[in-house]
Amino acid sequence: MEEHSKDINQDKGSMGKPISRRILLGGAATAAVVMLKSSYGQIVQKAITQAELKISDPTKEPGPPPGVLGTRSTFEQPVKKPSDTSSRTPLQDLFGTITPSDLHYERHHAGVPVIDPHNYTLTIHGMVEKPLVFSLAELKRFPSVTRTFFLECSGNYRGGKEEMTPQEICGLTSQSEWTGVMLSTLFREVGVKPKASWFLAEGSDAAVMTRSVPVSKGWEDAMIAYAQNGEAIRPEQGYPARLLLPGWEGNTSVKWLRRIELSDQPFMTREETAKYSEAVKDGKIRQFSFVMDARSIITYPAYPQQLQKGWMEIRGIAWSGRGKIYKVEVSTNGGKTWNAATLQEPVLDKAHTAFRYLWDWKGGEAELMSRAIDETGYVQPTMKQLIDARGKDMGGYHLNPVTSWLVQRDGRVLFKTERQ
Amino acid sequence: MNKLWIVCSCLIIWSCRSDDQARHVVVTTTGKIISIDSASWPSSFHLGRPASPAEIEKMDIDVRPDGVGLPAGEGKAIAGKVIYMTKCVACHGTDTTSPDAKLLGPVLVSTKPGKNKTIGNYWPYATTLFDYVRRAMPYNEPGSLTNEEVYQLTAFLLQANKVIGENEVMNAKTLPKVVMPAQNRFIPDDRRGGAEVR
Repeated sequence: MEEHSKDINQDKGSMGKPISRRILLGGAATAAVVMLKSSYGQIVQKAITQAELKISDPTKEPGPPPGVLGTRSTFEQPVKKPSDTSSRTPLQDLFGTITPSDLHYERHHAGVPVIDPHNYTLTIHGMVEKPLVFSLAELKRFPSVTRTFFLECSGNYRGGKEEMTPQEICGLTSQSEWTGVMLSTLFREVGVKPKASWFLAEGSDAAVMTRSVPVSKGWEDAMIAYAQNGEAIRPEQGYPARLLLPGWEGNTSVKWLRRIELSDQPFMTREETAKYSEAVKDGKIRQFSFVMDARSIITYPAYPQQLQKGWMEIRGIAWSGRGKIYKVEVSTNGGKTWNAATLQEPVLDKAHTAFRYLWDWKGGEAELMSRAIDETGYVQPTMKQLIDARGKDMGGYHLNPVTSWLVQRDGRVLFKTERQ
Repeated sequence: MNKLWIVCSCLIIWSCRSDDQARHVVVTTTGKIISIDSASWPSSFHLGRPASPAEIEKMDIDVRPDGVGLPAGEGKAIAGKVIYMTKCVACHGTDTTSPDAKLLGPVLVSTKPGKNKTIGNYWPYATTLFDYVRRAMPYNEPGSLTNEEVYQLTAFLLQANKVIGENEVMNAKTLPKVVMPAQNRFIPDDRRGGAEVR
């Protein structure tokens, strides 16, 4: 990390008078402003405190003693990007495949509820032999499972302009290591009746949000998670417990789960009819499209990076709700030729998989693309293929097109937008 | 690629196992799905307490398309309009709201053709209206409406979308019988797996 310090008194305003950056930044603790170059070369402005400013040579002064909570370096400030309805993970700032819990994307329908874990209960009823109410402590006493997989909102594509970061294009995907009890363990405990084919999952947020889920997914690999990345699950991700359906559209993994009702038919809730359904050809509307198809994105280089000539590692993530990533291919010439990228092992089922490809940029224009191929043989499609398959009126759900970055002669990297 | 298909087939075979078996699966840390021998497990962990019918009834607010879950009570559009103009219009607008207006909620009563997905041109089941309004609306005061008020609002929203007439009464018997214009457009997921882009 390079830094270029500016003394506050050397900074002159347009009137020639010294302007205190402390005032400009509005922070009482601000002592100065440094122009930081991120490890990807992006220049960002950052306020630092008097205490930080004093330490010019870390080998000449002892640092603070051991503490009760760790913090990020003050030089690193990755942040989510919120809108009215969601908040996006800064994919371009991350390494590897685990999303730090405080950077996990958010999508909820009536805000984040505060739930006292001592009063929390999960009720399972309907077509079961024994309707039961579980406390959080009881859920934690069942045999537990830990598993890493991605969670992605099915409405995870934005386009429309060249100046867009990976976060803005598809930041509604994140990955955690989740711990909890398999739903099948609870199904066994309550005795799910053979004729039950669907269950309703209901949250205890202000939307009391509900989705219908086939019982087969409950037996297969659904989890009730109470922990994320080694600690209690975060409120934004469903504290104190949530449903998780690996590989399926995020909305079905109902957070703040309070009730599961077994039934012999879907409930046709608002979120599986008016929302999370998509127009396809012949005037039809596709419903219960649970599985997230394979996708990838290059997160470096990407907008707003400024490239310098020479060797670099093209990096990104690939994932598929259908299973494991089998292969990722990278093109540096707009899809004329494709090259196999290196996948970071171990490649996990239904999980973000890091890929890398070495490239020597000689300075001309280039178009960088990646495409994921999963173990079912599915190849990540282009936007044109998606439109051909679903028609021009296809909605914004389940869009997983190949993403292109246009490298300009001057080293700028722009998003090749194909659809509003 | 053949190996991959074998893996998929195994999963399908597994999921077809009979329900009365004490089947149980867990997922390894690498994501591999394995079945475990639950014969070594006790028949019950004796965790959880019985849910009483009364406490289930209190929580069980969902309404299915066949009408199961609909409470007693009824309502007509004229009464619903009064509630709508007081509690809903600020976020959802009216039929005369400009299509360019920035509303906090989706347009609900427009019958004009446009790209908006509305109750009249998109919602497949009328029962969903009752279920959703009762559980989640108004946004700033969810769960505050009486069953009677929810029936009234449901009637108004259906009438304003030209699905029912002004004098039709909505209750547990009539609401499930309302056929929504878009219902026959809905199809279950028709993606078939494998290489196909669909």
